[in-house]
Amino acid sequence: MEASAPNYFLIVGGVLFVMMNVAAGLIWVERRMLALWQDRYGPNRAGPFGLFIVLADTLKLLFKEDWIPPFADKVVFVLAPAIVMVTVLLSFVIIPFAPGIVVADLNIGILFFLAMSSMGAYSIILGGWASNNKYALLGAMRGAAQMISYEVFMGLALMGVVLLTGSFNLRDIVEAQRNMWFVVPQIIGFVIFFIAGVAETHRLPFDIPEAESELIAGFHSEYSGMKFGIFFVGEYLGITLISCMVVALYFGGWLGPAFLPPVVWFALKTFVFISIFILLRASLPRPRYDQLMEFGWKILLPLTLVNLLVTAAIVLMQNGNY
Amino acid sequence: MAAGYLSDFGVILLFLIGGAIFIVIGLFTARLIRPHRPNAEKLATYECGEEAVGNSWVQFNPRFYVIALIFIIFDVELAFMFPWAVVFGRRDLIEATDGLWGWFALAEMFLFIAILALGLAYAWVKGHLDWIKPKPIIPTIHSPVPADLYQRVNERQYPIKKVEKPAEV
Repeated sequence: MEASAPNYFLIVGGVLFVMMNVAAGLIWVERRMLALWQDRYGPNRAGPFGLFIVLADTLKLLFKEDWIPPFADKVVFVLAPAIVMVTVLLSFVIIPFAPGIVVADLNIGILFFLAMSSMGAYSIILGGWASNNKYALLGAMRGAAQMISYEVFMGLALMGVVLLTGSFNLRDIVEAQRNMWFVVPQIIGFVIFFIAGVAETHRLPFDIPEAESELIAGFHSEYSGMKFGIFFVGEYLGITLISCMVVALYFGGWLGPAFLPPVVWFALKTFVFISIFILLRASLPRPRYDQLMEFGWKILLPLTLVNLLVTAAIVLMQNGNY
Repeated sequence: MAAGYLSDFGVILLFLIGGAIFIVIGLFTARLIRPHRPNAEKLATYECGEEAVGNSWVQFNPRFYVIALIFIIFDVELAFMFPWAVVFGRRDLIEATDGLWGWFALAEMFLFIAILALGLAYAWVKGHLDWIKPKPIIPTIHSPVPADLYQRVNERQYPIKKVEKPAEV
């Protein structure tokens, strides 16, 4: 592709625009799907299939009184939602949607993704702390501990794929899956990555930082209006991001039979994982906080280490022709 | 996308600016059209209608700190393992050293992970991975009063006395 200045703007603007719309559209998708699984209609009044609920929600959020609590740390309070949005958006930079459609083809792609997802913990801890609300602080502490813990397992689970390809570049990783999707040799890695992804995006069943039955709304209890909206969209962007990463790392990215263009394959696979995210919400109860932490450190961590060593041994056997 | 006006990180900067513009536009539009009618009730900390007692910037549970410490250990481990994972399976290195490279790298990583697993085992045995540390001890009371006495007292029904209406004065 001829790289010129307008091209950059096109691709940056395009990815941003598509991602924001996907995140907004997901709000509708999630409500309709939850309704489907719970045997009810869901939003079906505004527009065809209730699709305009997204517009109505956005307008409502814009018109809501949005206040900064007088007892809060004001600068940090405004900064926290911005951080979550920017870091999640930045993670999309490295995702190869199709050959040629990638914002920045970084050779350290996976490291960049891990760095950005670690930054997400800041938004929770800063938002909860700046709110100066006890529920928010509790949610923030829990959220930060949960996110940094699952960060470790996420990184370790990814390592199996890095071992198999010998590259951090997501394009190389997708190309290496031409013969076999990595979900086959890395099934344990995939399962752990997905669980860690659910915990990273603090989605149900791991939505402990905002467990509404015990912590009101957790770290964003004091947020309202558009600032809450940014947290909200950030969460849906996070779901999309984790689904995209799962597809690129374990399910062959854009690869697929040629009757559909690569982008469509990527979008379809991503949508399947987004649906799984929503199905998880519809079907699983929330574990207790100590159960979540013990599950991570006592089961997932040893399992990822063993997975890593076994993968390394197999790679050595293949590449060294023993 | 490698050759052009911008490096990869230049594009990322562009992306960052684009994302920031989205946020600024969102917040600014909301600022223009939203109402602003604060009152004393709204300006209070939200605690389900209770009066908030004290500040919430207080000391927190030290277990979060311990988790953070364990996290740092394993995250640094991760930082060391990623470069290893990239060069580990390289065929040219394996061939150049007659296969010694792979075994050396594998043994090294086994050793590295073993040391860290030792650390994990230490934290595990010490109970730092358990959230609820003190096991609640249910005291056993040796009382001469039989337990079912309370049950009987609770179930006893008292007849309601008729109260004479006081005479009008």
